[in-house]
Amino acid sequence: MYETNYHRASSVEEAGKLFTGSEDAKYLGGGQTLIPTMKQRLAAPVDLVDLGGIDDLKGIAEDSGALRIGAGTTHYDVATSDVVKRLIPGLAHLAACIGDPAVRHMGTMGGSIANNDPAADYPSALVALGATVTTSTRELSAEEFFTGMFETALEEDEIVIAVSFPVPEKSAYSKYPNPASRYAMAGVFVAKTKDGSVRVAATGAGQDGVFRIAAMEQALAETWSADAVAGISVDAGDLLSDIHGTAEYRANLVTVMAKRAVAAAG
Amino acid sequence: MTKVAMTLNGKKVTADVEDRTLLVHYIREAQGLTGTHVGCDTSQCGACVVHVNGRAVKSCTMLAAQASNAEVLTVEGLANGAELHPVQAAFREHHGLQCGFCTPGMIMTAVDMIQRHGGNLDEKTIRHELEGNICRCTGYHNIVKAIKAAADQMSALQTAAE
Repeated sequence: MYETNYHRASSVEEAGKLFTGSEDAKYLGGGQTLIPTMKQRLAAPVDLVDLGGIDDLKGIAEDSGALRIGAGTTHYDVATSDVVKRLIPGLAHLAACIGDPAVRHMGTMGGSIANNDPAADYPSALVALGATVTTSTRELSAEEFFTGMFETALEEDEIVIAVSFPVPEKSAYSKYPNPASRYAMAGVFVAKTKDGSVRVAATGAGQDGVFRIAAMEQALAETWSADAVAGISVDAGDLLSDIHGTAEYRANLVTVMAKRAVAAAG
Repeated sequence: MTKVAMTLNGKKVTADVEDRTLLVHYIREAQGLTGTHVGCDTSQCGACVVHVNGRAVKSCTMLAAQASNAEVLTVEGLANGAELHPVQAAFREHHGLQCGFCTPGMIMTAVDMIQRHGGNLDEKTIRHELEGNICRCTGYHNIVKAIKAAADQMSALQTAAE
């Protein structure tokens, strides 16, 4: 790791000032991606602004038909929260599938979505549940927020404050993890909202990160069953192909994961 | 350089270290506690697992400065004098190690797992919870047996105390 200067912010305002006062800064969430990236010298910020000490960014609350989760909330806290398990069990299950126990104790929702790794789990939940991302300056829909592989709509100094998930009628996540890294080879989140509309989002597979699958959404809106999506394939031409699996393999996984997610949602 | 202070195995410690110092290097080099190991150095193997404020974390994937003023527990802090912690004793009893390199991380992960699950640990859960710890010698079987035995023993002790 190259040299860096560590700063611990105690408020969002202080974090923003520390960031803009630096020639080259990065925000540090739980550090489960950024620290390894810095160790590999793929990132070398002059200043690191740690958001881990900001209490306002932590917490889970039910808020008029929605579930609001602070950006600094760890995967472990989401996975084990009674409120999350009661309102959106699919989201609690997703958080329990991220990395391993030690990673879940440190990694945060805000850090994960701000990084927008194409194989990360959370983006699929945000898009399928129609979540709203609150930042230090504005509110964005999940689909506005995620703009491409490792790309988001966030400005350099903008901080994710919280994510608000409308509580669905039912939802579930199914993931095929890479056996070594536990990142998603393909993960599909399905959600049926209280007004009856259906959203399906896939992660791990797309070249541009998370994407919706309109054909599956239409099929499930007509008939909510695993069989309804069994014959629907996504175009392999838009999918990732690497040493872990070809695009065609991932296309097949997306259909299988979608079937499993619908079955799990019940 | 920054002065990083923390409570390490119940003792207040402090050291001047570079901001980029990882927690594992702070523990091993600045404080001389070499029970915590560096295995893969890429967040995969879990040989470096310690507890920070009661939760298991990978100390190779955290800056020492992030643990500033925290309570940190390493494998050296488990035993009560000459009396081994029940998890340590169970690893010895069930031969839960061969070369021993992964053992400090395995034991710290096991203690954390038992704290969270109590006596409700079955083999499937133990194996799932060990996803972040790699052992290249044992095939895990005796590690799982040791953790199960320690969980049962600790839960029985707790019940007896109540």
